[in-house]
Amino acid sequence: MAERASFLVEARGVSVALGGTLALDRASLRLEPGPRTVVLGANGAGKSVLLRTLHGLIAPTAGVVAWGDVDGRPARQAMVFQRPVMLRRSALANIGYALAVNGVAEPQRSRRAAAALARVGLTALAGRPARVLSGGEQQRLALARAWSLEPEVLFLDEPTASLDPGATAEVERVIASFAAEGTRIVMTTHNLGQARRLADEIVFIHAGRVTERTAADRFFVQPGSTEASLFLQGEIPW
Amino acid sequence: MFEIFASLGEALALIGGADPALAGIVVLSLELSLAAAVAGAAIGLPLGALIAVGRFPGRRTLIVTLNALLGLPSVVVGLVVYLLLSRAGPLGSLGILFTPAAIVVAQTLLVAPIVAALARQVAEDAWREYEEQLTSLGVSRLRAVPTILWDARFSLLTVVLAGFGRAASEVGAVMIVGGNIDGVTRVMTTAIALETSKGDLPLALALGAILILVVLAVNAGVFAIREWSARRHG
Repeated sequence: MAERASFLVEARGVSVALGGTLALDRASLRLEPGPRTVVLGANGAGKSVLLRTLHGLIAPTAGVVAWGDVDGRPARQAMVFQRPVMLRRSALANIGYALAVNGVAEPQRSRRAAAALARVGLTALAGRPARVLSGGEQQRLALARAWSLEPEVLFLDEPTASLDPGATAEVERVIASFAAEGTRIVMTTHNLGQARRLADEIVFIHAGRVTERTAADRFFVQPGSTEASLFLQGEIPW
Repeated sequence: MFEIFASLGEALALIGGADPALAGIVVLSLELSLAAAVAGAAIGLPLGALIAVGRFPGRRTLIVTLNALLGLPSVVVGLVVYLLLSRAGPLGSLGILFTPAAIVVAQTLLVAPIVAALARQVAEDAWREYEEQLTSLGVSRLRAVPTILWDARFSLLTVVLAGFGRAASEVGAVMIVGGNIDGVTRVMTTAIALETSKGDLPLALALGAILILVVLAVNAGVFAIREWSARRHG
């Protein structure tokens, strides 16, 4: 077992100003290897911005995002969005593209792409144009694409928000299995049932600040902040 | 009025009889316009996508310039190419003035800005959809250019078609640099202009009819490809 850094990624006092408003306000969060983190919070609280900033899509206005190193290099990471964007090519070629961009040469590229498809149960649809797959299939393909890059940290921004219950269950199963293999899961959701099923710990965001970080089983019984308990009361009867 | 119908009848006879002189003009026209469309696309598509996706100093100036070039007076293009290719000009040693090659050069200069400006629009729309996902996958802006071009390939086919139409319908520049030499650089548009001024209306009409038919056929083909691709690729 290789020696691992004490943390994978850390936001230190990160502020992000978007269109004149502060989407993140001195938010700090250190993610160690291990538990599955679900970020909760009301609409506009800054959940998606936090994930995008950690992922590197949004540059912080103030503060820093630091990546710990794993075996002497920054931890590998990938992100899955609410609506995956697929290229106009086959499902298999979409994964091959991501691998090619990240410097994976043949024949490993084809082997890893096929393995990733098999991982999410889409082998039968390998040759199908990706953009005509159903929403649930596209999201599983997005998960396979992210997984093929062998991320140490996988960010998921409301990955099932546009899916029906059946597809949601499939996607949750895939996420749980990635976590079981050691991929660090950091996801947002509006579905509290999903948060209960997938979270080891809850990070609660209110008005751009991380106000609470609690083990999941505790959070739903006895949240540590008034904002969180108000949020839970308002959100449970959905 | 009667004259038009009489000419039309003779025109149909010319087309129906596959008049070799007529056929030669038509084939040459299509070859040159196709070559210009391909060359214009080779320049214009990457340029348009690069401007859409890239962030570099002078980008806005380039966009304004490009849009201004859409209204480029073709006679001026003809004149400039003429000066460049004439015996005393900087490219005179090539010796291609009054050859089909000169026509392709002039047409390409007219086609490339159109393709680039329209491709920029298409690529910008695609980039808006793809930017976050591609950036997340680790795709650089430069690397995104070929990706966007390939993914928007069916929309861009229409763009190239617009370029082909521009090339095929050009008269002024083609007349200046080609010289409308019978059997060498006489194309449909210059032939129509010449035959009309000579009073040979049947030939002019026949050429006009073929020109329109060709444009229609190409448009129909592209439309069919787009329909098919939309069904297949979403």
